[in-house]
Amino acid sequence: MSLKSLNIPVINFVGNRKYALIFSAILLVVSIASIGFQGLKFGIDFTGGTLIELGYEKTADLEDIRSKLISANYKGTNVQYFGSDTEVLIQLEPQAATSAQLSSSIIRMLGDGLDVRRVEFVGPKVGEELTNDGGLAMLYALIGILIYVAFRFEYRFALGSIAALVHDVIITIGIFSLLQIEFDLTVLAAILAVIGYSLNDTIVVFDRIRENFLSTRHIEPSPIVNDALNQTLSRTLMTSLTTLIVLLALFYLGGEVIHSFAGALIIGVVIGTYSSIYVASSMILALGISKEDMLPSEKEKKEIDARP
Amino acid sequence: MNHYAAWKNILIVFFLFITSLYALPNIYGSDLAIQITGTGDYIVEEKDLKGINNVLVENGIDFKSLEHINSNILIRFGDSQSQLSSKAVLKDTLNRNYVVALNLAPSIPKWLSGLGGNAMSLGLDLRGGVHFLLEVDMEAVISTSIDRYYNELRTLLRKDKLYKKIRKEDNLLAVSFKTEKQKNEAKKLIKKDLPDLIIVDGSESELEVSLEMSSNAQKVAKSSALNQNITTLRNRVNELGVAEPIIQQQGSERIVVQLPGVQDTARAKEILGAVATVEFRLVDEQNDVQTAIQSGKIPSGSKLYKFKDGRPLLLKTTVIATGENIVDASSSVDKDNQPNVSIVLDNSGGRTMLETTKEFLGYRMAVVFIENQVETIMEDNVAVKKRTKTQDIINAATIQGTFSNRFQITGIDSAREARNLALLLRAGSLSAPIEIIEERTIGPSLGADNIQKGLISVLVGFALVLVFMAWRYRVFGLVANVALTLNLITIVSILSMLQATLTLPGIAGIVLTVGMAVDANVLIFERIKEELRSTKNTQKAISAGYEKALLTIADANITTLIASLVLFSFGTGAIKGFAVTLSIGIITSMFTAIIFSRAVINLIYGGKDIEELSI
Repeated sequence: MSLKSLNIPVINFVGNRKYALIFSAILLVVSIASIGFQGLKFGIDFTGGTLIELGYEKTADLEDIRSKLISANYKGTNVQYFGSDTEVLIQLEPQAATSAQLSSSIIRMLGDGLDVRRVEFVGPKVGEELTNDGGLAMLYALIGILIYVAFRFEYRFALGSIAALVHDVIITIGIFSLLQIEFDLTVLAAILAVIGYSLNDTIVVFDRIRENFLSTRHIEPSPIVNDALNQTLSRTLMTSLTTLIVLLALFYLGGEVIHSFAGALIIGVVIGTYSSIYVASSMILALGISKEDMLPSEKEKKEIDARP
Repeated sequence: MNHYAAWKNILIVFFLFITSLYALPNIYGSDLAIQITGTGDYIVEEKDLKGINNVLVENGIDFKSLEHINSNILIRFGDSQSQLSSKAVLKDTLNRNYVVALNLAPSIPKWLSGLGGNAMSLGLDLRGGVHFLLEVDMEAVISTSIDRYYNELRTLLRKDKLYKKIRKEDNLLAVSFKTEKQKNEAKKLIKKDLPDLIIVDGSESELEVSLEMSSNAQKVAKSSALNQNITTLRNRVNELGVAEPIIQQQGSERIVVQLPGVQDTARAKEILGAVATVEFRLVDEQNDVQTAIQSGKIPSGSKLYKFKDGRPLLLKTTVIATGENIVDASSSVDKDNQPNVSIVLDNSGGRTMLETTKEFLGYRMAVVFIENQVETIMEDNVAVKKRTKTQDIINAATIQGTFSNRFQITGIDSAREARNLALLLRAGSLSAPIEIIEERTIGPSLGADNIQKGLISVLVGFALVLVFMAWRYRVFGLVANVALTLNLITIVSILSMLQATLTLPGIAGIVLTVGMAVDANVLIFERIKEELRSTKNTQKAISAGYEKALLTIADANITTLIASLVLFSFGTGAIKGFAVTLSIGIITSMFTAIIFSRAVINLIYGGKDIEELSI
């Protein structure tokens, strides 16, 4: 029974995969180039430094704050409104003598009666550790998933899903680099969550591919993969839509603190949806998946039969 | 077809009841309260209630209730005015065995808290407060230990005049001898009496040997320094008056301090990090300080000190008493508006003080303020520790009469400084310098904002998903919506039961779960739709849809769970909160979206002859 006869719109995903490949390649090259040349705008979680968020009763005078900081000889300062013009965010890169006391003296200098909304200080050593731990966490997540997928499916599926994940992570980080959005600890958490989400999507597609391989007598892999993609398409889109709906709510209503976190997830979900349709399945086709691979018992039987 | 066994339905109803019950405490607000706990070994008892009640009534303070729970006394208030004024009053009346702290107490009805019902515990980013990560300067710990061993070694070897010279080089003790025989005898003695010192490999020559602390001794020194610092920090936090503080070890050289609801964070920072103490010394009246400076020769038995403004003064090297001898200290302001600190010394300190003041009546005695600071600075992009020790004379006054263990220190700059000094002297000094290496402070206003914004985004996201699902899947969508609501309640209920800390990223995790939890239902419903295309039998379509989607859902959720477990173990506070709610949400969604939704679908459609499903 073909999908067309069942009134399901059939999109030729597999046939179009070379365009997708070109598209992904461009995105990846741009992302890697941006990460390589422009780098990421790391937040103080990773660079170390001091961050102060102050609430003023009236509109805050940014110039006045800047000149006060300059005359007090602080270097590498960044002063901006945060959310509204009565809230000010001051960021300082690590100073010659960085200590947690720095924020207290700045707050004292800027005057009494300010609402101290947030102070963050990350010592240089801690920043370094967080960077290392973050990289390791990403690596462990990928390895853990690789093992699980290889165990549940087959190594080609595992490689396919990892390819999709790496693709998603690089492009998401690339967009953060390209737009120079601040990359902090919450963004890292978001990217790890994207890994989980994107994989979720990929697994659903893979599950269907495996099922189709087992239930049909066809052995040509391309149409089987294409059918699976079409069968899962409405689910893929529905779930992405509901997830995007809540993320947009978080992005617009969750406040400044959670803004880049929600942003990273939105980018990741969009890329993740795309990659589970195009990247992961293209990858397993390229790796030469076939019906026999789904039937390990038969494979073993053949090996036994082949013996003299 | 499509019937759950009665026991299965009963189990589901029971589950519904339990989760709703334990989610319930979260709808009650909280009262402004004061929490009174005992410091150290002192435990607040039931009988303390009467005294406290009297104090409050005498001062005409309105309060809602006064109760003794779990060795705490909790007083609830209707308004913040009476809360603040009674804190001031109680702090003045109660002695130092009690910690008086502002707090918020959830106003859960008795029957519910009796069942163990608790509201979710909010993280610092939601309720406001300070998080510090402190690092103990372990190099300094080892260096101080080596100093001590240096003295012990000299005493040990002096008896038999065994050594020629002992030098301290970094963290080594280099000992030289006159003869090899003496060296061997000394080695024997050290092995017997100072087993913590071992010979550095390859350092031994004919007449010389280098010693270092054994790795075990270093470990012991470090862990005892860490524990002592934790005790001191706990004392200091008690002095600050904080409800539910967290002070715990992290790794081998770090301490986490979390102070919920602290308003004056600058003071908390000053107090926690300060390694300050005082020493009492006699002024060297025989020698002239100017001559000493000009000639560059400091008379033996004396040492050069400076006042804060730079004036020099010669002080005797013998110390009369140190901060260690102080058992109590309190600050006040005298009639000339001069801040001072009243000191009470222990017995041995008091005795020495009495002898000294008798013998040196009319001489001057100086109070030296000593502060050790350590900070990490960047030098050519490498983080290095910079240690500074300041020793300032804060006053030098003529001894006008004899005194022993009770006296006052004056000459302090401000009342604030006097207050801090008194607090530090009371709480005891830190055994090794510590440095704040990470701080995250959330002011109360931002905390309240975060709660509000988090709540709004959960509600809006939730509502939109409900609408969307109902539109796309009609009756089945409504069932999914009920399951989703139940999922939200279950997450809240489990968080409350586990008393896991809810943070803003945690709320984000809940929001994300709302989006992803419907995935299971979407998978099932899409599968049912697919089945309906090939079969007219609606009952079969439903059960096939659920069955075929099950494995996919499990696979998909387990992989997400792996990712969130990694997030959890990576675990800096904020990320941990996200991982916790995400993991809980994934697990509960498996129940609500599969088992619960099936039960409802069964009730609606099960066993009936239905032509068309509303999907």
